[in-house]
Amino acid sequence: MSDSIAPRKAAPILDMAGVSKVFPLNGRPIHALKDVDLQIQKGEFVCLIGASGCGKSTLLRIMGGFETVSSGSARMYHAPIVEPGPERGMVFQDYGLFPWLTVRQNIAFGPKQRGLPEANLREIADHFLNMVGLGKFADHFPNQLSGGMKQRVSIARALANDCEVLLMDEPFGALDALTREVLQQELLDIWAKTRLTVIFVTHAVEEAVLLADRVVVMTAGPGRVETDYRVPLERPRCITAPEFNRVRQELTEMLTSHVGHARAAA
Amino acid sequence: MSISTFESSAHAGSPPVKAPAQPKPANASLNTSAALAMPRQPGALQTWMQNWLVPALLPLALLFAWDLAVRLTGTMLVPSPREVGMMLWDFAFGGIYDDAFSETLGVHWLQSMSRVYGAFALAAAVGIPLGLVIGKNAAIRRVVDPTLQMLRPVPVTAWLPLSMIFFGVGPNAAIFLVFLGAFFPIVINTTFGVKSVEGRLFEAAAMLGCKGASMFRQVVLPAAMPSIFNGLRLGHGIAWFLIVVGEMTGVPEGLGAAIMDGRMLSRTDVVISGMVVIGFTGFVTDRLLVALNNRLLKWSPQHNV
Repeated sequence: MSDSIAPRKAAPILDMAGVSKVFPLNGRPIHALKDVDLQIQKGEFVCLIGASGCGKSTLLRIMGGFETVSSGSARMYHAPIVEPGPERGMVFQDYGLFPWLTVRQNIAFGPKQRGLPEANLREIADHFLNMVGLGKFADHFPNQLSGGMKQRVSIARALANDCEVLLMDEPFGALDALTREVLQQELLDIWAKTRLTVIFVTHAVEEAVLLADRVVVMTAGPGRVETDYRVPLERPRCITAPEFNRVRQELTEMLTSHVGHARAAA
Repeated sequence: MSISTFESSAHAGSPPVKAPAQPKPANASLNTSAALAMPRQPGALQTWMQNWLVPALLPLALLFAWDLAVRLTGTMLVPSPREVGMMLWDFAFGGIYDDAFSETLGVHWLQSMSRVYGAFALAAAVGIPLGLVIGKNAAIRRVVDPTLQMLRPVPVTAWLPLSMIFFGVGPNAAIFLVFLGAFFPIVINTTFGVKSVEGRLFEAAAMLGCKGASMFRQVVLPAAMPSIFNGLRLGHGIAWFLIVVGEMTGVPEGLGAAIMDGRMLSRTDVVISGMVVIGFTGFVTDRLLVALNNRLLKWSPQHNV
């Protein structure tokens, strides 16, 4: 396929093998994930999509090390993921910025944990501040920023910490449509520049088709991977192109048929 | 990298931003709103009125009403504001009545301040660390919290006899009572602040490589700071509130002691003078705490008082 990034047989950067996750809810076990197999190659942009309750966020949080698996294995470069770490940067929908730190200090937070000297921190922070176009807001506090700007800080913060994988949990879900479009484009620019591996959770089909190399469709009850779909579109993609529309429709049908099934089953 | 600053102008409260040198076509139409984001700055006179004149109106009105009430009723039991003013002058500098109270205000004032601030500092020194530990550690919370909650509703005045047994007649008993009063709001607010740190912030910090003790210093402490300050302000208010009771423990000097003496001698002007000095001192210290609060918490508009 023309847009495939990594060589087919390379070792995956992230390897989910038979991952299950069971939560106790009111004393009864809930299967959030059941036997999920998913390999992600270095440099890929993968969207996890599905109706709420399909476990896509749980899977992302397992990759992030925020949740442990109940059975199966979650590995990065063959090493089990047991806790959050700087190599896997997370971007939360609600930003998770430290409100008492300025924008620059927020971005420098990760490098600071590694004990880098002050001058160095400033240099790193300013580099990534400029990358997300917030140079003028370095000394603002998060409370003084709009949602879109906060999310840029959050992305810059993960990047500043030299992450290899960017995990994004519905990062643009709370933003207005216009801001979302701008940020989607900026994210693609950053991805093209840095060749990061991006795992992006969303429930918007259009967003997934616009961004992803691969769209992983998940279904609920119990959460599992239904389809692993490679987006057959060249980049840059145009959301008004007929082929874009065709792919979106195809994916929407996959998604709604599963939602229908789940509803019938429930 | 595409730099799109148009959001800032669309977002109320953000400073206006100049359009990028070469705006993308999609943004161009939105940049025109940058000019109208700035509200009119209030003038110096208006600021002065808002900060000084308006807050002074109610105290002045109360003073006037007090004076009027004394005149209309012709009471001999309550002194007029003028008489209290004279008493305050004599209390501070002498030269009017030349009695036992003349020129003693400084001593009383210093004694009370040293007790209140000493006890308050002690309450903060014990209460904040204890609150941090209780808030962070569920096991310790289970051990300590019920006892704290049981002791908390007991009025500090009820401790008066016991504190005199523990510490004898004198300033230590007073300091203990004031400490006790200030301690509870400080420890409870600190605990609350630590418990209510957003879980998301721990996740974000962990993801960025922050661990253990460092997490406490870099996340828990700053996040709990608004609640800690709340506790300090409440505790400080209660500390002054309790100094009169505290100085009923048989200390010869202190504003509370002077008020008690004034009461025994039916010198209501002394009593009110003591009240005024306590109110004024408490007010000034509270302003200092507020200033510190606003400085340290400038990141959080809703915690600026």
